[in-house]
Amino acid sequence: MSGALLIDFGSTYTKLRAVDLEGRRLLGSGQGPSTVDSDVGIGMQAALADLERRCGALPRFRYRLASSSAAGGLRMVTIGLVRELTAEAARQAALGAGAKLVGTFAYRLTAGDVAGITALAPDIVLLAGGTDGGNAEVVLHNAGALAAAAIDCPIVYAGNRAAGDDARRLLAAKTLVCAANVMPEFNVLDIEPARAAIRQVFIDRIVHAKGIDRAAAQFDRVLMPTPAAVLEGARLIADGLPGTPGLGALLVVDPGGATTDVHSIAAGEPAPGVIPQGLPEPRVKRTVEGDLGMRHSAAAIAQAAGLDAIAADAGLAPARAAKMLAEISADFGRLPQSADEAAFDQALARAAVGIAVRRHCGTIQTVYTATGPVTVQHGKDLSRIDAVIGTGGAVVASRDPRAVLEMALADAAQPMVLKPRSPRLLIDREYLLYACGLLHSVEPRAALELALAHLADLDQEIAHERTDRA
Amino acid sequence: MAGRQRTIVTGVIGSDTHIVGNRILTMALEKAGYKVVSLGALTPATDFVKAAVETRAAAILVSSLYGQGELDCRGFRDLCVETGLQDILLYVGGNLVVGKRSWEETEKTYLDMGFDRAAPPGTRAETVLEWLARDLG
Repeated sequence: MSGALLIDFGSTYTKLRAVDLEGRRLLGSGQGPSTVDSDVGIGMQAALADLERRCGALPRFRYRLASSSAAGGLRMVTIGLVRELTAEAARQAALGAGAKLVGTFAYRLTAGDVAGITALAPDIVLLAGGTDGGNAEVVLHNAGALAAAAIDCPIVYAGNRAAGDDARRLLAAKTLVCAANVMPEFNVLDIEPARAAIRQVFIDRIVHAKGIDRAAAQFDRVLMPTPAAVLEGARLIADGLPGTPGLGALLVVDPGGATTDVHSIAAGEPAPGVIPQGLPEPRVKRTVEGDLGMRHSAAAIAQAAGLDAIAADAGLAPARAAKMLAEISADFGRLPQSADEAAFDQALARAAVGIAVRRHCGTIQTVYTATGPVTVQHGKDLSRIDAVIGTGGAVVASRDPRAVLEMALADAAQPMVLKPRSPRLLIDREYLLYACGLLHSVEPRAALELALAHLADLDQEIAHERTDRA
Repeated sequence: MAGRQRTIVTGVIGSDTHIVGNRILTMALEKAGYKVVSLGALTPATDFVKAAVETRAAAILVSSLYGQGELDCRGFRDLCVETGLQDILLYVGGNLVVGKRSWEETEKTYLDMGFDRAAPPGTRAETVLEWLARDLG
């Protein structure tokens, strides 16, 4: 048998998935602490020992691939010109590369902005601005401002191509990587080259800078940040491979401790007769909601959804819900210890999923013109996608994951939001999305079949339960 | 810069869907060698300006056919000044007012708003190309 070991160096845990490449099956999972602050190898050893305990003697692994979100993740600052145009394109590129955005800037950087960026100490700065042949002045001003600042992280330039040579000269003393413009023409998004450049910088430099390569003997390569691996996995599952169809257009929602991530793999084109407006969005799109986390930002979820609404959803008195919120906000590691606490967590997860997916999806709006009403669309229309996949503890550990995922669906009370109407609901029970994303780079077919075999279809599960009872 | 292809931003402003004239203008501009950023129908004033900023456009050509241009175009020059495009060339054209008003009066209304030229109904694309050649030097 030949196996593969897929490693996620996370911020709290080092997680392992061992898979049988021929059998397309999961051999086992292991988990250790995240020890990136001291020696990442210690957590890795603990995780390997855990894996061995669970599935016996480990096979020889043909591949040992890793992703990482440890040591704060891939912290990025993005800079563009107009906020809704190149600044937004830069943001999309960084998010698609799996980054954690710590700052986004538009127009000319001021001295205060530069001081802010220096203080943020990002891992990578992405500098964009101007279409090709368009505005060069602002992106060069910003290049000059970065050059003069005490910023020593790598800079990825993905701005106006015509200003590229000047930018290179200005930033000669910095570590600079140039990629194609994130917006080569007005309203045309081309974020793949910038994503690839960011990923290469991550592999070449950030993995070392974060000390993850100290465990280099225990794995072959760190390929990408973990969110990028999840996105790669989602893309593979949606698109499939020649001869093996994927699930079609889909959305992945991951309510985590600090943020809720939403990924969609869908063109999201408007329905016939609907006019698109604003910047087109990428087919492979990731959004991160920093105010919707099950622990670190539970208070912010309550603020966004209303604590009373969450309490009502959980069937709790508001005062009791407020107390629970205070408890989990004081102790991020706290797990539900009673049925009420589980109900409260469930309601938080439902609120986080509902709001995060609503923000990710496009909207329609009716504009009244002299010739009658016209429907215009901003963002992606995800109403007709085929599947919604839930991942992460808040979905997987829930006693009623369907109730959490249903919040991703279209809501009659918000008819202008283009949320999915009737997708299949699936859960990533074994936390395999990142593993499939990593495995995709070496064994795409095994990665796809493994994912398709292990995603649990909630409708079928319910059908089974019904048959069991009958 | 000699030989640099000039960029023109154009579209139909406001809640106006009359795109045909603007398409014809776009084709004429492209044929004349301009790089045209065509925003289409139903374009808010701010989108014209944002597009012009990113693409370093030499001129913005605003179409309005449904009679409400006066409301839609109010403050257009201010918006340009606000975003650092104080010197950009601004043209407007189409059915610019409702009701009976002389063209002289209408033209003055738009020139006072900060447009460099206003084109009455029936203006030919060739005329606009001549204006551009003259105004852009």
